[in-house]
Amino acid sequence: MSSRSSDSAKAAKADAAAAAKVARDDAGHDPMRPSDHVDGTPQTEAAGGPRLGPVGWLRFAWRQLTSMRTAIVLLLMLALAAVPGSLVPQRSSDPNGVIAVRDANPDLVWLYDALQLHDVYTSPWFSAITILLLVSLVGCVIPRMRHHWAAMRARPPKTPARLSRLVGFQTVPGDASDVDRAEGVLRRLGYRTERYGDSVSAERGYLRETGNLIFHASIVVIVVAIVAGSGFGFQSQRLVVEGEGFSLSGASLDTLNTGQWVSADDLPGFGIHLDELDVVYETENVDAIGQPLDFTAFVQVTEDGDTHPGQIRINEPLRVQGSDLYLISNGYAPQITVTNADGTVVFDEIVPFLAQDNEMTSLGVIKLPDGLAEQVGLQGFFYPSAAQLDTGAYASYYPDLLNPLLSLQVYTGDLGLDDGVPQSVYQLDTEDMEQVAGRDSAEPALLIGPGETVDLPDGLGTISFEGIRRYAVIDVHRDVTQGWVLGGAIALVAGLLASLLIPRRRLWVKATEQGLELAGLARGEDPRLEGAVDDLARRLRGDDADDLPPKHRWGRATEPGRAADDDPK
Amino acid sequence: MPDVSWDSYSLLAVYSSMAVYAIAFIAFAFDVARRRDPAEVRERELVAAGGGTTTTATETPTRGPRRNLAKVGFALTVLAWVLHVAGTVMRGIAAGRVPWANMYEFALTSIAIIVGIFVFAQLWRDLRFLGVYITGLATVFLGVATVNFYVSPTPLPPALQSYWLVIHVFVAALGTGFFALGSGLSILQLIRSRASGLAYVDRLPGASALEDLSYRVSVMGFIFWTFTLIAGAVWAEHAWGRYWGWDTKEVWTFVIWVVYAGYIHARATRGWRGTRSAWLQLIGFAAILFNFTIVNVYFKGLHTYSGLPE
Repeated sequence: MSSRSSDSAKAAKADAAAAAKVARDDAGHDPMRPSDHVDGTPQTEAAGGPRLGPVGWLRFAWRQLTSMRTAIVLLLMLALAAVPGSLVPQRSSDPNGVIAVRDANPDLVWLYDALQLHDVYTSPWFSAITILLLVSLVGCVIPRMRHHWAAMRARPPKTPARLSRLVGFQTVPGDASDVDRAEGVLRRLGYRTERYGDSVSAERGYLRETGNLIFHASIVVIVVAIVAGSGFGFQSQRLVVEGEGFSLSGASLDTLNTGQWVSADDLPGFGIHLDELDVVYETENVDAIGQPLDFTAFVQVTEDGDTHPGQIRINEPLRVQGSDLYLISNGYAPQITVTNADGTVVFDEIVPFLAQDNEMTSLGVIKLPDGLAEQVGLQGFFYPSAAQLDTGAYASYYPDLLNPLLSLQVYTGDLGLDDGVPQSVYQLDTEDMEQVAGRDSAEPALLIGPGETVDLPDGLGTISFEGIRRYAVIDVHRDVTQGWVLGGAIALVAGLLASLLIPRRRLWVKATEQGLELAGLARGEDPRLEGAVDDLARRLRGDDADDLPPKHRWGRATEPGRAADDDPK
Repeated sequence: MPDVSWDSYSLLAVYSSMAVYAIAFIAFAFDVARRRDPAEVRERELVAAGGGTTTTATETPTRGPRRNLAKVGFALTVLAWVLHVAGTVMRGIAAGRVPWANMYEFALTSIAIIVGIFVFAQLWRDLRFLGVYITGLATVFLGVATVNFYVSPTPLPPALQSYWLVIHVFVAALGTGFFALGSGLSILQLIRSRASGLAYVDRLPGASALEDLSYRVSVMGFIFWTFTLIAGAVWAEHAWGRYWGWDTKEVWTFVIWVVYAGYIHARATRGWRGTRSAWLQLIGFAAILFNFTIVNVYFKGLHTYSGLPE
């Protein structure tokens, strides 16, 4: 026996827009929302009107900044502002790319610098958008927090005078004596209830707003934690050859970046010795031969006078004294000795070569400023598995050491080390040098296998390729706030789930002469509100709520004020 | 150890599913192009005359011959999807791991998820009017994936050897699936709010009903995307030593997240509801497609797992 009146349903639809408005004015208004929020109080005073004093202007500006419209525009600006950083190489993530782009486009360097396109994410314009967005967020959220705090302890609002204008309005048989029962049903369904005469007012879903506020607050926590983390942390890198080690001090590291509240003295005092870097390559799958499958660095950690072994793998950093050690890259380092014409050893070092491709063709430089008749620079490739191409040039065909070969060009002249300009050990400045062996000279490049010794040109001496070791590049860093960032992120997800999936709604049951009147009101998105009123009606009639067709349980995609235009016209 | 025969069966299944998707697309396209038939016009007039029904157009009964083409299209879509999933699973068997470790595999899996969400959404709502969009998308994307992105199964590089591969990438695909469905609904919303006269458009639910559906689906996408972002950060911290480094893929994942955050705000803002928020939805989905194709293939970064030769 359905007592749902199609007439009143029709009436409710017909002027649903007006109904929603009235309903909000009656009970559903949310004064703490920005004025342009669909649930907010529409702005009535003439903003920017004739008599607006300085305070008025400030209030006007603040209201603009914390409005929904501004939030949307700022979000879109933030999205747009993040894009250039993916188009132009960034110093933070791709320093070599930055150099390459600047070399390739000398005419655009001024533009890159003027717009800070190589440091987009730390640039003032990107920060400005972020800060405005955060201020807008805080300005919007804090009043809502206060309001929500009060709302959570307030009683559900008074029952509106005319329920017939609200969502899902219907009447079930009953009288004033059934209101107690209705209140019990609503309470069991998780509603907070309040009696107003012969009616009960119920509200649920406070967690929706709580979740929304937690979500926004988490964003602030995450941003603050990130900023603080960069101030209290440090980041350093060191290339270390097998059989060698380093300690965590400024002098022993290749790079060291400390936050502004950290000094080099605050670095943890431990040492790392690399025993072996174990690399496994694919050997069977014909489509992937030579693809690395595993990198493991076996190290000895020395701390507090005690030494213990450890391992670093990709995806498995090693944690020592609150700092994390990562395996960043790897390569080969030939051991090279150079002897002058008198037979004196003038150079005996393990020289790291930088890998250039997946087959580990590696580029390296040796500088010999002293001990020979003139300054000598060597530059060339190391091939772990050398094969000669048809052109006569060499290439590596496999990344492991199947047929190691060094191929070096020799330069003589001025290495440029005395100019006072710092030079990279991986680059040879050949401007003031002359090639004496290699493609551009009469003599061919030197080809040296492991254990071999060959003569340098012009009777300068000899060079030997004594052996080969692997090296690892190890990143050591500490980020004291990353736990906060993670905590913020978890809270953010929890808040998001609550704010998007928990419906906030009000239901009313009112005893009238016709029976018990039922209706609901959505606060925020609530596509199942009508279903919820139907469900309540069924429970009050004593029907079994479980054997319903699924359609009804899902409810319908209608919302106050929005259903009218769905009707076939 | 990769198994060549499993991979060839997988390809066979994927090609077959493409063919069936294409036929399903044609069936749906004929359904779209069909003119209003007299019986329907009569019924509509009756409905209009009867007035006060609360039935929305989404729930218009599907009896009679007039929905037959859509029915055929949907049945074919289900068949194609089963073949597609079988192909994806066999690819996983061939590679001996989850089938989403390079661009081809990710395309395979995420398109299967897009269609899967469409198919299962049918239990919730009659969304067959989206069939032409979804099957068209699936046919074109699978075509692009098999022709341009295909690589033989290879073992995982060390950076991908992590359980986060299973979580992070799969959730990203799920988010993409929901956003794809939402984008179809937003496109129809924009069409519905403007043009009229085409029988197919008139049969659609109202623009605001489409907007509601799109919003509900996109919100699911946003939740999964948020999770993708966070899981990715946790994994990046393990693999690369920092949870966020503005790598190109990270930038675009962030951009997409921010655009959809804007979309969700737009839905709750006077003057932004309706057409404007629909455009934001579509900008977000365009950014997803850009992120997957252009960023993967042409941008330099740490997420270089396309497996394509450089």
